[in-house]
Amino acid sequence: MNKDLDIKAYLDADEQKDLLRLLTAGSVDDGKSTLIGRLLFDSKKLYDDQLAALERDSKRVGNAGDHIDYALLLDGLKAEREEGITIDVAYRYFSTNRRKFIIADTPGHEQYTRNMITGGSTANLAIILVDARTGVITQTRRHTYLVSLLGIKHIVLAVNKMDLVDFDQHVFDKIVADYKQLTDSLGIDDVTCFPLSALDGDNVVERSERTPWYDGPALLDFLETVPIHADRNYRDFRFPVQYVLRPNLDFRGFSGKVASGIIRVGDEVMALPSMKRSHVKSIVLPYSPQAGDDSCDPDHPQRGAEGDVAFPPQSVTITLEDEIDISRGEMIVHPDNVPSIGRHFTTMLVWMDEEPMDTGKQFFLKHNTNTTRATIAAIRHRVDVNTLEKKPGQPFVLNEIGQVDMLTAKTLFFDAYNDNRQTGAFILIDPITNNTSAVGMILAPLDESTLATDIVPTLDLQKLGIEPEHYDAIEIIVKELARQGIEVKVKTPSSSF
Amino acid sequence: MVSDIIRQMHSTPPITGTVERDTTYSLSHLQELEAESIHIIREVAAEFENPVMLYSIGKDSSVMVRLAEKAFAPGKVPFPLMHIDSKWKFKEMIQFRDEYARQHGWNLIVESNMEAFRAGVGPFTHGSKVHTDLMKTKALLDALNKYKFDAAFGGARRDEEKSRAKERIFSFRDQFQQWDPKNQRPELWDIYNARIHKGESIRVFPLSNWTELDIWQYIRLEHIPIVPLYYAKERPCVEIDGNLIMADDDRLPEKYRPLIRPRMVRFRTLGCWPLTGAVESTATTIEEIVEEMMTTTKSERTTRVIDFDQEASMEQKKREGYF
Repeated sequence: MNKDLDIKAYLDADEQKDLLRLLTAGSVDDGKSTLIGRLLFDSKKLYDDQLAALERDSKRVGNAGDHIDYALLLDGLKAEREEGITIDVAYRYFSTNRRKFIIADTPGHEQYTRNMITGGSTANLAIILVDARTGVITQTRRHTYLVSLLGIKHIVLAVNKMDLVDFDQHVFDKIVADYKQLTDSLGIDDVTCFPLSALDGDNVVERSERTPWYDGPALLDFLETVPIHADRNYRDFRFPVQYVLRPNLDFRGFSGKVASGIIRVGDEVMALPSMKRSHVKSIVLPYSPQAGDDSCDPDHPQRGAEGDVAFPPQSVTITLEDEIDISRGEMIVHPDNVPSIGRHFTTMLVWMDEEPMDTGKQFFLKHNTNTTRATIAAIRHRVDVNTLEKKPGQPFVLNEIGQVDMLTAKTLFFDAYNDNRQTGAFILIDPITNNTSAVGMILAPLDESTLATDIVPTLDLQKLGIEPEHYDAIEIIVKELARQGIEVKVKTPSSSF
Repeated sequence: MVSDIIRQMHSTPPITGTVERDTTYSLSHLQELEAESIHIIREVAAEFENPVMLYSIGKDSSVMVRLAEKAFAPGKVPFPLMHIDSKWKFKEMIQFRDEYARQHGWNLIVESNMEAFRAGVGPFTHGSKVHTDLMKTKALLDALNKYKFDAAFGGARRDEEKSRAKERIFSFRDQFQQWDPKNQRPELWDIYNARIHKGESIRVFPLSNWTELDIWQYIRLEHIPIVPLYYAKERPCVEIDGNLIMADDDRLPEKYRPLIRPRMVRFRTLGCWPLTGAVESTATTIEEIVEEMMTTTKSERTTRVIDFDQEASMEQKKREGYF
């Protein structure tokens, strides 16, 4: 076969691969970096110069004896190379003939729960490593809890260092039984367990002859084939408007990423919070490349092809039949399937800031494309991530997790995180340091009739002696402030906005 | 030897197995990356007052620029493109830059450290470190300050280099444009924290999750124009410290001139011509480039002289504000 055709065929096949994002979590000595190194190594991703540097470094500062120390490959930053631990999330990329992978490599030790949460938020699958000699330990429990909190659908339990327990089936079975007990209590049902030796490569890429009692696939084989497509929410159409596109008088498009659900040209839609209805006139898609499509003229590349359907996680632009005023932060939905609409909800919250929680503070809350002021109205409890027991509710410190009630200034359009990872998540930003202080996974809306206080200040224009001719200008300013997350209500003799 | 095994693996022809993917309501990895990048670009346009897209004229920049064009189609991109011209770029790069910007209606800003340029700073006379510090890092910092940009897009990918693998997509920079790897904001889902105080800024990397192969694949499928230097051609080259340097203008020191020989080469990355090594190649199409890439035994950045200045040197440069 012609060489050129060969590579074309390869590229055409490569283009069709989907993407699996995976999180790896384990204790410092579980051999996590070795496992990742092995996946990269055996999928041919290491280059000669990287390998030469690795061999050199392994001899100099490695901790793997005569073996190549894969950990050195992954621990990129100077500071941590000296400390010998991974301190932050590092992303790794590799691909096989069947799939592309992004690995978020996160550290296992206690003070860095924050990083694991960061690395896992977009993961489809989590690999939890345990050492065959120690089995399920406190850290395993913590990591598994965090994975369930993040709503990661598929869990792999990698029982590593099987070589050090003579590939004993009883050891493996006992660990698996212990682990199933834990996952059952957390309501996780998709768990797959593997007996591995990352250092020697057993059951990583190919099935090992040293575990004749194990009849499952090798880890990589599983990762390549686990179905993830159905994990997305295709049921509830949610389109948070990200950007309003008005290149000319004839075109008014609402750009954004489809958070969930499916939208078609002709569908009746409703804008929130205005509740105004219209129909989808057109959907502008980026020119999504297709292998073998040579219709594109190199001098006039297609940009913005029209499509008749959009689904998650596409970034599209929607135009409507009618002129409706919709701004960034608002949401387009199907009228017969609306999210919760409100300012008061209960949520799981993970504290990510060195500075402890201050319940008197007004944070910025960013939810989809919406930013608003928010306060922590009540702390219900904290979770001891080691025992999973509930502790009394008091302000959280770094890496603490618990349930709180939030009150926002602006109305949000949200779903429970378990139903919808996209519209159930938010971050809290400290208004002084601008740090991301906490992240939340919404549990449920709360009754608003009992809300005693309005956290939004009101300007009474008449009281302030402002003449009606300035009202329009004030409205513009108020809208701009709202866009920047500062909510102010305005009262005039005839209306309020 | 392990490296022998690797070499052997690399020389195995690519397997052309069929990939079965249910394409109803599902995206290929490239379409997913495209959607992610466009979302990031729009988020910056919506959240910042004065963003800019840094343009290096390289292949990654070319993809990033195309994604920005798509993000706002059928409208125009609401921010300018800025190139930091070190005055030592390949001539073909400059020509390509001006032509692309004109054809695609971009507002192009070009900035240089003219003071250092007039003082005669260059890689041959001052070494790669001083040259990069003054003509790239300082020129960039001065330009960002001059226009008071509060967000700057860069085309860096996480698979390029170890310190980049740990950087956030929205990467906070203090008022001195410095990156602090130990104090990065947590970044979850697709919710990006864009809040900054006056004088601070965010570097945004919409191509964070793309690999080198993804970039080539996208260029191929989208017919994105790239600088011809990426394709093999006979070019006048001289070997300096183990790197094949192309004699792009008459600033090549006298002592090297007699050593110039025509070589069939191409460039895997583009930068300042005295600091960018060519590789011997016969690849004249994207397919051939990809094939060469897949069978190669050197990673992409080894042709860049600056990465080898000092241990962990890219991290050091990032801390100082260079990308």
